Order: sequence, then C-alpha cells, then structure tokens
Amino acid sequence: MKHIFTFCLVLVMGFTIQAQDKWFTRSGEISFHSSTPVEDIDAVSKTASSVLVPSTGQIQFSVGMKSFVFQRALMQEHFNENYVESDKYPKATFKGKIDDLSKVDFTTPGTYEVTVSGQLTVHGKMNPVKTNATIVVSKDGIHANASFDVTPQDYDIAIPKMVEDKIAKQITVKIKATYQPLNK
Amino acid sequence: MRKFVVAFCCLLATTGWAQEEDLLGLIEEEQPEKEFEQASFKTTRIVNAHSIENTHSGVLDFKISHRFGMINTGAYEFFGLDQATIRLGLDYGISERLMVGIGRSSWNKTIDGFAKYKILRQTTKASQKQMPISLTWFSGMYVNTLKWADPDRDNKESSRLDYAHQLLIARKFSEGFTAQLMPSLVHRNLVPTKDENNDVFAIGAAVRQKVTKRVSVNAEYFYVLPDQIPDTYENSLSLGVDIETGGHVFQLHITNSTPMTENGYIPQTTGDFFDGDIHFGFNVSRVFTIVKPKEFRDP
Repeated sequence: MKHIFTFCLVLVMGFTIQAQDKWFTRSGEISFHSSTPVEDIDAVSKTASSVLVPSTGQIQFSVGMKSFVFQRALMQEHFNENYVESDKYPKATFKGKIDDLSKVDFTTPGTYEVTVSGQLTVHGKMNPVKTNATIVVSKDGIHANASFDVTPQDYDIAIPKMVEDKIAKQITVKIKATYQPLNK
Repeated sequence: MRKFVVAFCCLLATTGWAQEEDLLGLIEEEQPEKEFEQASFKTTRIVNAHSIENTHSGVLDFKISHRFGMINTGAYEFFGLDQATIRLGLDYGISERLMVGIGRSSWNKTIDGFAKYKILRQTTKASQKQMPISLTWFSGMYVNTLKWADPDRDNKESSRLDYAHQLLIARKFSEGFTAQLMPSLVHRNLVPTKDENNDVFAIGAAVRQKVTKRVSVNAEYFYVLPDQIPDTYENSLSLGVDIETGGHVFQLHITNSTPMTENGYIPQTTGDFFDGDIHFGFNVSRVFTIVKPKEFRDP
C-alpha cells in the first residue's frame, strides 16, 4: 500500500515536472539595423516564435528569414536571395537560458535586468551569443527585451566589395517579445 | 521496490528535461499556406521583353535603355557607337500584383504606357498550396509622335496608335534557371503597306541562368507566326548579361532589334542577327522607395 502511494506521488511529481509552466509568443518582434555613412538598412519581423520556461530560465527563439520586411523592397529581395539564402536556410534560431535566473521573480510584477546566453544560428552557422536583457513581469504577461550586435562574417554571410561601404561591420539586432502562458 | 520507484521517478524527470531541448517544437507552426517564389528574373525586363517580375509595391524604377548602332557598320561609325536609340522610362508598383509604366523612345518618337498584372504567382516547394507557374498579363499602348510625313493630307490621330498584349508564363525551375513563354499580339491601327497585317501574332521565349549570385545570362527570341509581315522583317533575338549591384541592375546585351517597345521589336525588327546587324545595348535601372512598407510608416 505504502509503495503504491509512493509510486503515485512520484508519478504526480513526474508529471508536475513535465507540465511546468511555459510561456510563449508567435508575434515576437525582431529587428535589425545597419548604419553606415552611405546608407542605413532597417528590417523587421513581427512573427518570431519564442518559448520561455520561467522555472529553468530556458529561452528559445525562431524566426522565418522571409518574414523580415525591409524599408526598401529590393534590399529584401537581395537579403533573401544573395545574403542569407532563405531558401536554403529558412530560419534563424536562438537557444539559450537566463544566466542569473535567481534575480527574476516571475510571480511578482517588476522589471528585472538579466543576462542571457546561448547559441544563435543564422545562415546555417551557429555562434555563441551573450547579451543583457530586460524582463518585465506584468499582469498582461511577461515582456522580454534585448539588443545585441552580430557580425555577418561570423555566419558566413559574404558581403561583396562593391557594397562593403553600405553594410555595417556590426549589425544591431533588437528583440521584443510579450509572452502568454502556454496551455498544453 | 522503493529503489525501482525512485529510479522510475528519475527516469520520468529526465524524460521531462530531455523534452525541454526543443521547446519551439511545442508551438511549431504549420508550413506557410502560400509562399511565393522570388527573383525569377533580376529585373522587370529580360532584354527588350518584360519578365514576370514587377517593381515592388510603392517602388519607382527609373530605367534608361540604350541601343547603339549596328556593329557591322564598321570603323567609320565606330562599330555602331556613333549612333544611339534610347528609351527613358518610369515604372511604378501600385501593388505587389500591379505595375504601370510610361516611357519615351527616340525610335519613331514613341510615347508608351503599359500595365502589367500578376494573375498567378509560382509558389515555393515549402508551400502547402502549390502553383507551378507564374502568369502575368501585359498590355501596352504606343503613340508615334513623329511629324506627319505629308501634313497637307487628311491625317488621323488614331493612325499613330499601336497596341500590344502579352501573356507571360514563367517557371523558376531552380535557384538559377528560369524559363518564360510569351504569346503576344501587336495591333497597329495603320501599317505602311498592304502586305503587313494590322494584327501580328508572335510567340516569345526567354531563359535566364544565374552564373553567380549577382550575375545572370539571359536570352530572348520572338517568333512571328508566318504570313503576317513581309520577309524583309526578322525575328527579334537578344542575348544579355544582368549584373546586380545593390540598388542598380545593369543589363548589357546584344540584339538585332532597334526599337525597345513591343510594337517595334516584335513586328519591325529589320536587323539580321547572323549577318552582323547587331546592336550593343544596355538597360540601367535605379529604384526609389516612394511608399514605405507599413512596418516602417509612422503610426
């Protein structure tokens, strides 16, 4: 009898672990900006997917490369066709975690400064990324913001000499997501 | 027994952890219903003919098209470089499907206007719904503004007008290769002689092959169906290279057609390509964003 009870308890615990709350969004905003004296390049996607697990601090992102809208349409075409080769590498992903999870209380509304580190995959190439991020816990969900720089060469994105002056060495990526509970 | 239970518990727990690795799988979206192929051609023209590409919505494209004289005119004419035929044009994308344009050619001092509408758009392999081809309707109108040859005659303004209608059927077979078919009808209100039909039917074919990411080679050919125009006219044949440099596309080509508008290069090409009646020419395109995408407009 005792054993059965323990077994049941364990089973329940097991499920609890599996069913720990996850938060998600399908409308995360990812934008990037390249600035040179010659010209600025701006693009934004508002359809990034992301899952956040408050209990473990895990955070993952995925965005379709073709979902980026550029201020100039021809740039968008060239971005997909020549630079990130969207047909071959349709998505960029980030898999990481909040390093200082203890700083965040997901049950109390407030603003928390954290660092997030993980692996960013773009154009089929993976590189480690570490960035400061802000997590805002509020009644309408969990908000996350971050901004970091990436170097196109790290992701094997070739920039021809001809346009070298027009594309910044460092591209600033900005992330804005509002999470809702994931009901499974 | 208890040990077994604990082990089982651990196993369950680890299972839980292992599943965490791909969190995104939990909210994975289905394949996009429709995703259209992009960049079947580098620009809206192949050489003379329109490709199925349109200027994007809200984008103005300034095109300078230039044909030198014929190469076989020899050193005296500097192999054609002493002469020039030019068309200046403005194309504008009203929507992602509809593009309109106007132009002025030195050939017959022609002013032209056209509209081009994407009826079908080829989808990518990743799409749920599949459309194997792109289909575009093209209609153009052309006004010859040369001075009347005999001003004392009863000249009718309507006799200056030509029209062209085309269906552009294209398929991007692979990243680098695209083929296009162009059934075409040119109508001329007035023709020079009785031997020429007012309506001329032709079938055009074009291919492009990318050589590198930014360079492609193109060819286009228009076959005029028999018994419509005198034998002195030739079918239009053009070969070209497209070079893309950021905001510009340069198109360099050789062609036996002097005119650059449909009413001209389809029924009125006089050069014999294989006899050396070849024009060297180029099209230069520069785009300007007039209306920004909604993501970048101030709220």
